[in-house]
Amino acid sequence: MTQDRLNNCNSQAKKMIIKREEIEKLATLSRISIDEKTITDVSERLSSVLNLVDQLQTANTDSVQSISRPFQVSQRLRADEITESNQRDAFQVIAPATDNGLFTVPKMID
Amino acid sequence: MHNYTIAELVKGLQSKQFSSVELTQHFLARIRQFNDQYNAVITVTEDQALQVAQLADQRLATGSAPALCGVPLLHKDIFCTKGVRTSCGSKMLDNFIPPYNATVVENFEQAGAVMLGKTNMDEFAMGSSNETSFYGPVKNPWATDCVPGGSSGGSAAAVAGRLAPGATATDTGGSIRQPAALCGISGLKPTYGRVSRWGMIAFASSLDQAGPMARTAEDCALLLNCMASFDDKDSTCVDREVPDYSASLNKPVKGLRIGIPKEYFSEGLHPGTEAAVKKALTDLEAQGVELVEISLPNSDLSVPAYYVIAPAEASANLSRFDGVKYGYRCENPKDLQDMYCRTRSEGFGEEVQRRILIGTYCLSAGYYDAYYGKAQQVRQLIEQDFVKAFADVDLIVGPTCPSPAFKFGAKGDDPVAMYLEDIYTIATNLAGLPGMSVPCGMVEGKPVGLQIIGNYFDEARMLNLAHQFQQVTDWHTQAPEGIL
Repeated sequence: MTQDRLNNCNSQAKKMIIKREEIEKLATLSRISIDEKTITDVSERLSSVLNLVDQLQTANTDSVQSISRPFQVSQRLRADEITESNQRDAFQVIAPATDNGLFTVPKMID
Repeated sequence: MHNYTIAELVKGLQSKQFSSVELTQHFLARIRQFNDQYNAVITVTEDQALQVAQLADQRLATGSAPALCGVPLLHKDIFCTKGVRTSCGSKMLDNFIPPYNATVVENFEQAGAVMLGKTNMDEFAMGSSNETSFYGPVKNPWATDCVPGGSSGGSAAAVAGRLAPGATATDTGGSIRQPAALCGISGLKPTYGRVSRWGMIAFASSLDQAGPMARTAEDCALLLNCMASFDDKDSTCVDREVPDYSASLNKPVKGLRIGIPKEYFSEGLHPGTEAAVKKALTDLEAQGVELVEISLPNSDLSVPAYYVIAPAEASANLSRFDGVKYGYRCENPKDLQDMYCRTRSEGFGEEVQRRILIGTYCLSAGYYDAYYGKAQQVRQLIEQDFVKAFADVDLIVGPTCPSPAFKFGAKGDDPVAMYLEDIYTIATNLAGLPGMSVPCGMVEGKPVGLQIIGNYFDEARMLNLAHQFQQVTDWHTQAPEGIL
């Protein structure tokens, strides 16, 4: 079964390749720059994974409820109260760039 | 001293056979001697360890020391440690020194354990071979040209190589059990929610769970006693009494009904692994358990479902790494977008970037229902398979992974081949069930793992079976050549 799926994925991978424009869009959404030289490799490997993932389409999930976490326990809520003391200094020590108690980033507005 | 189990070390410390300082110095010397070979430890906390060991000796002298007082351990570098670099195996966090402890780390501090350092791991726990670490691959002590498994490969190799008697680890799709199997040690992934995830750097929050690695099931029980706790700071942590996992280790296993999933013995399973697992089943049968063939019909969908859900959650979790508040920032960004993009491209390795891109794809408009929605429905089917199975059996047993440790680079070019390494372990994460791996044989001089899957919060019964198995087998006592 495992081997069948792997063979199946490999044969499908040859057929389906994610388009360059889609990779570029994903890179923008993910805030990751992809080097022009590697874009074909990235596309092939992503396609191979998405072909594996496409096996899901063979499952009959009519009237199956979706679950987002095991045994569907509801997450606890707590009162909206301050529970942490201010530790700004401790956190700013490990920041890449700070100024006068603020986290600084490249200038956005002229 | 490095051949003692944790249970033996606790007795030795309490009876003053040796001191915690002696023990700590001994393991620090082992790390110095062997770490160049294994690359299992990223950061050694020598000064801190010796200070804690001194305090442990003072507490031991009073006769009122806590459970693991003076026992040296290693923590996977995914757990935040106050004042000690926590890299998660990534360039992104190479300079990150957390100002707080993870709850797991805090629990071990309270129990008096001595942290020796932090172990190497696949970057952000994404990998099954430890080849994705920014700090280079960990070597398997049984065959240094082979992978130790991943993502907790550093913890597994350190325990197998006797650099520490136990270590913490995490498991999102098999990251405790698969390296435990490949390195010939015992490792346990608890039920989702049993151990706090607070301060444990998130990969896929609905799947991640921390657990112990040690050489024996008895030691895993001792470590789990300390790791498992209710924690208000993790909203998915389950408020349920923690049993004494050591108390039921010696219960007879006669009459236990053990489910053997037929899908776990299909094509793709290495014949040597299959033979070792089947021999283990015979050994269990001789101890009086009843073997029952079961079916988990949706098992083959677990890897595809996982590779939607885990990357989807990862793409959201890892969006926090943007070069603003902590971690890596690229040099001379020309504007904010450039800073985000270059920070993330330079700071994350190839596999992490791939999973972020896959997750983003599966969550993007037009694809969400077909991928993420569908995967969540399949997750329900997989969970239901286990619910049905556990209506008839007490535990489920099978192989941990399809084959023994493979050579470095063997699966490097094909992410899908690597992902299938976790074919037998992923389903338990999707269902939130506990699972463990114990050594059960050798193939080509490399260890084989036996996986034991339990019902929700039934870790005690898994440990009971594993411990009883280790009373009649000696795979867990074997050691790689040249390390004793």
